[in-house]
Amino acid sequence: MSITDKLYRNRYKVDEDSHLWIKDLKMCVKCPFEFACIRVCPTDVYKWEENKITITYDACVECGACRIACYDVGWKNPKGGFGISYKYG
Amino acid sequence: MTEKFDSIVVGAGPAGIAAAYTMAKGGLNVLVLEKGEKPGAKNMFGGVIFRHHTEKLAPEFWKTAPIERHVVEYQYWFLAKDSHVLVSHRNQKFNGQYNAFTVHRAKFDPWFAKLAEDAGAVLINRTTVDDVLKEDGKIVGVETERGDVRADVVIAADGVNSMLAKQAGLRQEIPEDAVVLAVKEVIALPKQRIEERFNLGPEEGIAALLVGCGPGMHAGFMYTNRDTISLGIGINMRDLDKSKQRPNDLFEQFKNHPSIAPIVKDGELKEYSAHLIPEGGYDYVSKICMDGMLVAGDAAMLVNAINWEGTNLAMTSGMLAGQTVIEAKKRNDFSTRSLFKYRQRLEDSFVLRDLKKYRDVPKFFSSNSQFFTTYPQALNELAYTWHIVDDELKADRIKRMKAMLFKRRSKLRLIQDAYHLWRLFS
Repeated sequence: MSITDKLYRNRYKVDEDSHLWIKDLKMCVKCPFEFACIRVCPTDVYKWEENKITITYDACVECGACRIACYDVGWKNPKGGFGISYKYG
Repeated sequence: MTEKFDSIVVGAGPAGIAAAYTMAKGGLNVLVLEKGEKPGAKNMFGGVIFRHHTEKLAPEFWKTAPIERHVVEYQYWFLAKDSHVLVSHRNQKFNGQYNAFTVHRAKFDPWFAKLAEDAGAVLINRTTVDDVLKEDGKIVGVETERGDVRADVVIAADGVNSMLAKQAGLRQEIPEDAVVLAVKEVIALPKQRIEERFNLGPEEGIAALLVGCGPGMHAGFMYTNRDTISLGIGINMRDLDKSKQRPNDLFEQFKNHPSIAPIVKDGELKEYSAHLIPEGGYDYVSKICMDGMLVAGDAAMLVNAINWEGTNLAMTSGMLAGQTVIEAKKRNDFSTRSLFKYRQRLEDSFVLRDLKKYRDVPKFFSSNSQFFTTYPQALNELAYTWHIVDDELKADRIKRMKAMLFKRRSKLRLIQDAYHLWRLFS
C-alpha cells in the first residue's frame, strides 16, 4: 500500500501556512546528510524537485524525525487544532 | 487572557493531566493548554497503560475509562526471513489482578483529561504554546497564539519534541541514537476474529514484542484492541539513517512477513501514524526544573525502553510535579531551589531509580545490534535444524548446530555477550 493511500485514512485539518521549513536552502544543494529529511520521513513530506526540497506539510504527522536527522529543518507545532488529528492513536 | 493561574500545564497527555489533576485536587487554580483539537489527537503509542500507576490517580478506572482489552499474555517473537521462534507467557492471574490495558489514545486521553476538569482544572484545546514568558531569568507564563498567560509555575508536558523545554534552555537537541522512530498502523478486524487468531476471551488481549525484523536496533510491536490490532515497528533513528531505508518500507516488510501477514489478513487499515520515543535513558533525562518551570513525561525523556514502560513514568512524574507545586505554593516560593524537590521525588521513585539501574543498557544495545539481528537469525536456524527428521545422526546434528552458531558468533563473542548482559542487569 502506498503512503498516499495510507494517509487518506488519517484525519487532518490543514492550515494555510506550513509549520515546516528549510532554514538555509543553499545547504540542501550540497546536502551533507544524503537527504536524511527525505529518507527518514514516514509520510513522504520531503521531495527533491528542480534543485530544491519541496515540503508537502499537509501529510506531516508531526513525529519530528526530520528535525532529529537534519538541523537545517525548521520545525514548529502547527497552530492550535491544525495538523494531524488522530482518531485512534 | 489576562488572568493569572497558579499553574499552567502545557500538554494534555498522561503527564500533563496527572499534574493538572493532582494540583486541581490540591486546590490550585490550574490551566491546561492542549494543541490538538482534543486531548489525544496528537498522541500515538504502542500501547498499553498500566493499572498500578493509573490507579493511583483513578481507582478502578477500567470500570468507566474507554479501555480496549486487558493484557493476559506477553509474546516475544524472534523473527528470521521466513520463520519465527515464539516465546510467550499467559497467566490467569492477569484476569484476576489486571496489569495493563490496551487503549487508543484518542479515546483514553479525553477521558483522563475529564478527571482533571472535574477536579476544577480549566482545559483549553486547540491552543499551541509558542514560547515561554521569561522575566529576569524566571519563567512567568507562556506565550500562546491567543495571547500571553501568566502563572507561578509552568509544567512542560508537551511530549518528546518539547519545544518548551528547549525554549526554556532545559534541554538540548536529542542525538539520533537516543531516540526511536515508531511507525504504526491500526488495523480493523471483527472482534471474534481477533479473539480466534490470538486464542483470547472476550475482554482479553496480548502485547507482543518482535525482534529480528529489520536493520540495526529495530523491533516490532503488536497489541490487540477490542476490534483493531495495533501493529508497528520502532527503529533507532541513527540506525534508520544508516540503513538508507524508508520507514514505511521497513514497516511493509514487517507487515508482510509470512508469520505476521496471516494475523492481520483481511484487516482494514484505519490509521497510519508515527511518533518519536525518547529511549536514551537516564543520561539523557533533561534538566527538569528551573525558576518557575518543571518538565514531565516524554518532554523530560522519561521512558524505560527495557520494560516498555512510558505512560506510567509520565503519569507518575506528572503527579510528583503536581505535588511539588502544591508545596511550593504553600511556601509561595517557585525558585529552582524550591522546585528541586521534584527532582528528588523522581530520584526516590521508580521513575529515576529504574532508569538509573538501566543507565548503560540503551547505549549497550545501540552499539551491540547482534541482539536484534544475529541472535534471532541464529535461533531460527538452530530451531529449524533441531526439528528436521532425516538420516543424520544426532551426534552429528548437534556438532553441526554448534558449528552453525559459532559461525554466526564466535565462542569468545558469545561468552562476552552473555557476560555483558549479566553485568548490565545485575
